[in-house]
Amino acid sequence: MKITLTLNGKKIEAEIKPDMLLIDFVRQQGCSSVKRGCETSNCGLCTVFMDDEPILSCSILAARADGHKIDTLEGLQEEAEEFGYFIANQGAEQCGFCNPGMVMNAIALFREIPEPTVEEIKEYLAGNLCRCSGYEGQLRGILDFMEYRKNGGAR
Amino acid sequence: MKTVNQPIMKKDAMALVTGKPVFMDDKAPKDCLIVKVLRSPHANAKITSIVTKFAEKVPGIEAIYTWEDVPKERFTMAGQTYPEPSPYDRLILDRHVRYVGDPVAIVAGKDEACVDQAIKMIRVEYEVLPAILDLHKAKDQLPLVHPEDSWKALCPVGADNKRNLCASDESHDGDVDQVLADCDVVVDRVYHTKADQQAMMETFRTLCYMDEYGRLNVLSSTQIVFHVRRILSNALGIPKSKIRVSKPRIGGGFGAKQTVVAEIFPAFVTWKTGKASKMIFTREESQIASSPRHEMEVHVKVGANRDGKIRAIDVYTLSNTGAYGEHGPTTVGLSGHKSIPLYGTPEAHRFAYDVVYTNTMSAGAYRGYGATQGIFAVESAVNELAAILKIDPVRMREINMVREGQIMPAYYGEKANSCALDRCVERARQMIGWDEKYPCRDMGNGKVRSVGMAMAMQGSGISGVDVGSATIKLNEDGIYTLMIGAADMGTGCDTILAQMAAECLNCSMDDITVVGADTDTSPYDSGSYASSTTYVTGKAVEKACMKLERRIIHQAAKMMELPEDEMEFDGTCVCHEASGKKVTLQEIGTASMCGNPDALQVTESSSSKVSPPPFMAGMVEIELDKETGQVEILDYVAVVDCGTPVNPNLARVQTEGGIVQGIGMALYEEISYTEKGQMKNNSFMQYKVPTRLDMGRLRVEFESSYEETGPFGAKSIGEIVINTPSPALAHAIYNATGIWFRELPISSEKIAMGLLKKQ
Repeated sequence: MKITLTLNGKKIEAEIKPDMLLIDFVRQQGCSSVKRGCETSNCGLCTVFMDDEPILSCSILAARADGHKIDTLEGLQEEAEEFGYFIANQGAEQCGFCNPGMVMNAIALFREIPEPTVEEIKEYLAGNLCRCSGYEGQLRGILDFMEYRKNGGAR
Repeated sequence: MKTVNQPIMKKDAMALVTGKPVFMDDKAPKDCLIVKVLRSPHANAKITSIVTKFAEKVPGIEAIYTWEDVPKERFTMAGQTYPEPSPYDRLILDRHVRYVGDPVAIVAGKDEACVDQAIKMIRVEYEVLPAILDLHKAKDQLPLVHPEDSWKALCPVGADNKRNLCASDESHDGDVDQVLADCDVVVDRVYHTKADQQAMMETFRTLCYMDEYGRLNVLSSTQIVFHVRRILSNALGIPKSKIRVSKPRIGGGFGAKQTVVAEIFPAFVTWKTGKASKMIFTREESQIASSPRHEMEVHVKVGANRDGKIRAIDVYTLSNTGAYGEHGPTTVGLSGHKSIPLYGTPEAHRFAYDVVYTNTMSAGAYRGYGATQGIFAVESAVNELAAILKIDPVRMREINMVREGQIMPAYYGEKANSCALDRCVERARQMIGWDEKYPCRDMGNGKVRSVGMAMAMQGSGISGVDVGSATIKLNEDGIYTLMIGAADMGTGCDTILAQMAAECLNCSMDDITVVGADTDTSPYDSGSYASSTTYVTGKAVEKACMKLERRIIHQAAKMMELPEDEMEFDGTCVCHEASGKKVTLQEIGTASMCGNPDALQVTESSSSKVSPPPFMAGMVEIELDKETGQVEILDYVAVVDCGTPVNPNLARVQTEGGIVQGIGMALYEEISYTEKGQMKNNSFMQYKVPTRLDMGRLRVEFESSYEETGPFGAKSIGEIVINTPSPALAHAIYNATGIWFRELPISSEKIAMGLLKKQ
């Protein structure tokens, strides 16, 4: 079947099998930041935006993206760098495999709740598993990022 | 120090946080063959017939292999130095399958869909045999997991396949029975830890292809490139010189990738077909057919005087290696050798063990490597002893813990040359407010707040075995290339080794390029495991850099035609103070590439006769709901003596990550089987790793000793940090409920049922 969608700001048309998952489609399109960590919608690694809302691309058919706007970290490099710096500055990126999904969801968090509380941060990102960092360093990085934004973007 | 002991950002950090294509599957060619395996549905069975001809007809299928197609020489998948202590008990495919998940056939095809379809069309008939699923029913009992005569053990580890034994040994110092008989109090307890999965976010995966020289190239998510090369050579029966193994960025390892879990299957396919292939484990496969922690039952006797002085420790460990012996004979050793030496007072100790084969998934290496299991048992026993003697558990440690300068008889007689454990315990006590909070406070709303504690140790590499190496060279623009065979799996070793090089050569971090690991280009390194990289490979980096500095000075002296011993190198120039003459590093690098027979490149290796233990104290405050048994972690403090923290940020995050993994082990994570040997926890739905809502608040500090034999005084950090949560949480739960839980995980259900029973 044929689908038409906007992937990272670029309109594309593609011939796909009806049972193809969105994660496999975007990876095939070169968006390899999108990772698979489980098959059961538990890890959050495959988070992408559909019409600016975070979704798990492992749990949705590529066909469902027809006519929609899909964004991956490849299309959000500036935001990823700006926010990611603070995670990196803590050494909390560690192996990095879960980072793209977590960074996507963090971007979504700040778009939705510009000044979240610690509880809100933890709850919003609860579905993003990380086995390396123990989460505490990520939290420090997120709080530093908020401080930086409060200071008008000065490190 | 300018770069060592500084919180420097990891060299690969920005690439990782922005999602660059740096992992194995990001680099795989789109048209490579997909490799999967058909797995046994039975825990113990013989294949009586296997028909592949229908499956082979599925369009897109390239090859299907069964036990008849593979070499008949047994090998081990354990990534260890040769001769491996793990018995040679594996075939690539065996007619005898020994656990649910054991590979039965390898299928390669052009895409996942055709491979999945073909797997369903392979017709296998089994003779189903009785299975051993209980570790108590294995030693000297039938059936034999490995009845075959081709089984062999390369090292004298006490293994005997005709007794279901993977290893067995006993060691002691003094007469334990006599001292125990003379003690005022003896606690005699049995503790049980289950198998747990490392659950690194990136599952096992390997890409293979043939290169222009007809060699098998293996790009794998592995901690041990050189061991992979040897194991593939053993398994495939091809020369090591025909194999090249390298690693990209690794999505976490924790020891899981110290076993050759995925590599053999695509390597076999590519070697046979000449075509590129890749195998990517599903999470389900990573759960059911991999290399988890060894289940252990640890029987501890601790004897003491009424005043709290510990006089004897006796440990017997029964370890379950599963269907194959990967890391079986070695993990068990740490359950005694890295728990008993936490105490400096005993007059006698004994440590004995048996490691048995059963029809469950083979265990492997997981952060802590047996020490975690042993420390849960010994630290719990000491906490129980303190409760019986009505002595504050912190005071109990002050009386008995190992001190700097003491000989540790249970730790191969090594001396604790660097040990700040006393300072760790004291600082942790202050941080958590132990004196005010111990043992508990009833909050009056059905909830109790309580505290618990534990100490821990580990090693820094395997003494007399591990080899770390580094090659460093000067390029013409004054930039160095550092080549290593150690594997950065997210830990940051590329960065911390570069920090050491920058410190030695007095240059900036940007002046060091790190390359590794690749069996063709890296100097030999055992690999990144056993907490070895900072201590062993770090020392090699230090040695190599010091030697290169002398070479640089030599080259400069030749250029200036002045005596070498009057020269000084400041990191950017070599200067001759008396004459004021100098040459820059760029000039030296450039000159070395014209008419120069002396390489400005040095390779050095390091291996240590000792394995200096890092030490730590962990204390936790919990809130326990007496109605539901739910445990909420309020505060976890950890104070670590890892020697000099080479990168305090990375050392802190290692500690935090290890604690959360340890919390998972203590409270939630469990591998359990049905009575037919099928795993119940085969996905992240059933196998619950902690989320960021489960870990409370973590606070980490360092109380550093200085280890003379380590680079810049460093020891290790990677593994020790997982060892305190289980005993500390069991202790806190006791202080809240009055019940000792001696089996992990201590689930809310167990606590609630325990409280019900107590009433």
